[in-house]
Amino acid sequence: MPRKKFEPGHDVEHLSILDEKGKLDSRLEPEIDDELLLKMHRTMLFSRRFDEALLKWQRQGRIGTFAPVSGQEAAQVGSAAVLEEEDWMVPAFREFAAAVWRGTPPVGLLLYTAGYNEGGAIPEEQHDLPIAIPVASQLVHAVGIAYGIKYREREQVVLTYFGDGATSEGDFHEAMNMAAVFSTPIVFVCQNNQWAISVPREKQARSRTLAQRALAYGMPGIQVDGNDLLAVYVATQEAVERARAGKGPTLIECVTYRLSVHTTADDPGKYRSEKEVKKWEKRDPIPRFQNYLGNKNLLSKDEIEKLEKEIKEEIQGVWHETEKQMERLGDPMDMFEYVFHEMPPYLEEQRDAYAEFLKERKENHDG
Amino acid sequence: MADLTMVEAINLALRQEMENDDRVLVLGEDVGVDGGVFRVTDGLIDEFGEERSIDTPVAEAGIVGMSIGMAIYGLRPVCEMQFSGFSYFAFHQVEGHAARMRWRSRGRYGIPMVIRMPYGGGVHALEHHSESREVIYAHTPGLKMVIPSGPRSARALLVSAIRDPDPVIFFESKLMYRSLREEVPDDEETLPIGESRVVREGSDLTMISYGAMLHRTLEAAEKLSEDDGVEPEVVDLLTISPLDDRKFTDSVRKTGRVVVVHEAPRSFGPAGEIMARINERSFYYLEAPVERVTGFDVHVPYFAREQAYLPDVDRIVYGARKALNA
Ligand SMILES: Cc1ncc(C[n+]2csc(CCOP(=O)(O)OP(=O)(O)O)c2C)c(N)n1
Ligand SMILES: [Mg+2]
Repeated sequence: MPRKKFEPGHDVEHLSILDEKGKLDSRLEPEIDDELLLKMHRTMLFSRRFDEALLKWQRQGRIGTFAPVSGQEAAQVGSAAVLEEEDWMVPAFREFAAAVWRGTPPVGLLLYTAGYNEGGAIPEEQHDLPIAIPVASQLVHAVGIAYGIKYREREQVVLTYFGDGATSEGDFHEAMNMAAVFSTPIVFVCQNNQWAISVPREKQARSRTLAQRALAYGMPGIQVDGNDLLAVYVATQEAVERARAGKGPTLIECVTYRLSVHTTADDPGKYRSEKEVKKWEKRDPIPRFQNYLGNKNLLSKDEIEKLEKEIKEEIQGVWHETEKQMERLGDPMDMFEYVFHEMPPYLEEQRDAYAEFLKERKENHDG
Repeated sequence: MADLTMVEAINLALRQEMENDDRVLVLGEDVGVDGGVFRVTDGLIDEFGEERSIDTPVAEAGIVGMSIGMAIYGLRPVCEMQFSGFSYFAFHQVEGHAARMRWRSRGRYGIPMVIRMPYGGGVHALEHHSESREVIYAHTPGLKMVIPSGPRSARALLVSAIRDPDPVIFFESKLMYRSLREEVPDDEETLPIGESRVVREGSDLTMISYGAMLHRTLEAAEKLSEDDGVEPEVVDLLTISPLDDRKFTDSVRKTGRVVVVHEAPRSFGPAGEIMARINERSFYYLEAPVERVTGFDVHVPYFAREQAYLPDVDRIVYGARKALNA
């Protein structure tokens, strides 16, 4: 037989459980504790409101550029929520909702966007990597961590985030391939938010789905409605179980949408229509999930209102705390820290010479 | 003559070269529909279509590698790295092939391409968006490394870079993109690659700089003139490699005192090479050790401390006085 169809060895599926009209496929509905459901809701809502506050502060010139998360809360919280504390989370640069879920203090996130390196500090007990701005570069680190887990025969898994644009970088392909070759415990969560700055998903890749790329590397791929928290949760749970059972990596494509600007330096009016944004606003993951919780009698309108108030106050508290910290921080000498474990002599010399210069300048100004 | 920002001046150079020569095309992330994240390529897609103003996937190695192929085939690609901090994703293509193809093919395949990229600090950007790593390119044989100091030199040098038979790395200061305007002639203007120029005459001190730091250096020179009564001569390098050492050699031989200013880190930075050339050519003319005012050997801190990293007028004056008073 000179010609025959090839079996790729894995499937590519699509999964949606709670659709955009709020219709639930109860056969697929996962069993999740009420408490966990409510916590996921709260984190999504907090992230949305925090995002809006950041945008406002940025426009007022109080903080710098950042990459808003609005629209992608379900893709992030629904996946991060599957992880255990000992698992690792390796983010790109838009994962504020996942970071909040993992326990990153919002004050840290705010300090970071206000231009303070201190904001990048990872709490000791948290197994997460800092923000990685070079697109797709973090994916290979995630594979390395996963290799370490396997080497040490631990139960942990790694979950790593990236965008649709990231799938065009060589690092993505190298990471996928190596993850599969070494059969590492890792879950690749692609947040396909339809845009890589101004380039739409269709111009980023010709393949019908991003999920199907998994097949070429020898791992399963699944495309989920990324604005459906339940679907994201289920797909991630399956992938994490696979990884923990030593069955290797999985690629999850969350189909979602960046409702806001790419970063605060971006003007989406240049490349996408209001109409498209409106269409996706109707698929907003948060009201959809609120509706679901409402139907389950877990969350009433009043409770949402109360929560909104609570979150508003919390965010104000975050601002005040950050402001207080900023007054204390900002010593320029900090820039010499953490370059090396031990500061080499030439760097000490530069630091001391700069301190001397600052001292003289101050004396001249004062005198 | 039009009063243009650097963004507009570079856009003019691209537009005119694309009009004149259908081999010229631009490619990169967001350079088409968006007109580039800094709007440098704004409108080119309307005038020349998406075949010549190409929105690529997010793939720097692909952008540079494809450009090398295009150049081999006879096109004149001008590709953009969205920020110099992401150009490392393409470095194996730059060092391994763009810089070497002429040499490897014994002259058969030159690589007439330009890689444009914004560099430098001072705009409150995120990590990887503020560095000044020109030495990486200047240190690579086979590459030319150009850093204009304003709208007019940017336009003229970019035209030369596009017409150059060899690969040119073209750094554009983000800080200068919109912060100053200059008269730029409507008609074609070029500046030779590999030639520096004296932008302020003086006889007491030679100040050497380029790019965004040139302006702080010029300010410092004025301050020294007013406060200290000395007249510094200021040299604008314009090209980092191949380094033109004739102008500053002449100047150093006249003044005997030198300060070199750049925002790149200090160790193994451009000042190191400049000081070596001064040592080789003008050692016996020196009246004082050569001073350098540079970025520190650290990562550019996030923006709350960014200004502390960058040389400012006070630091340049401080360094200059050391050279003057030694
Ligand atoms: C290597 C690299 N190239 C370019 C950039 C500039 N850049 C930042 S985000 C981005 C698009 C990324 O798109 P995607 O992966 O879809 O993530 P999204 O921003 O949509 O979350 C680009 C090109 C970068 N940060 N890193
Ligand atoms: Mg995207």
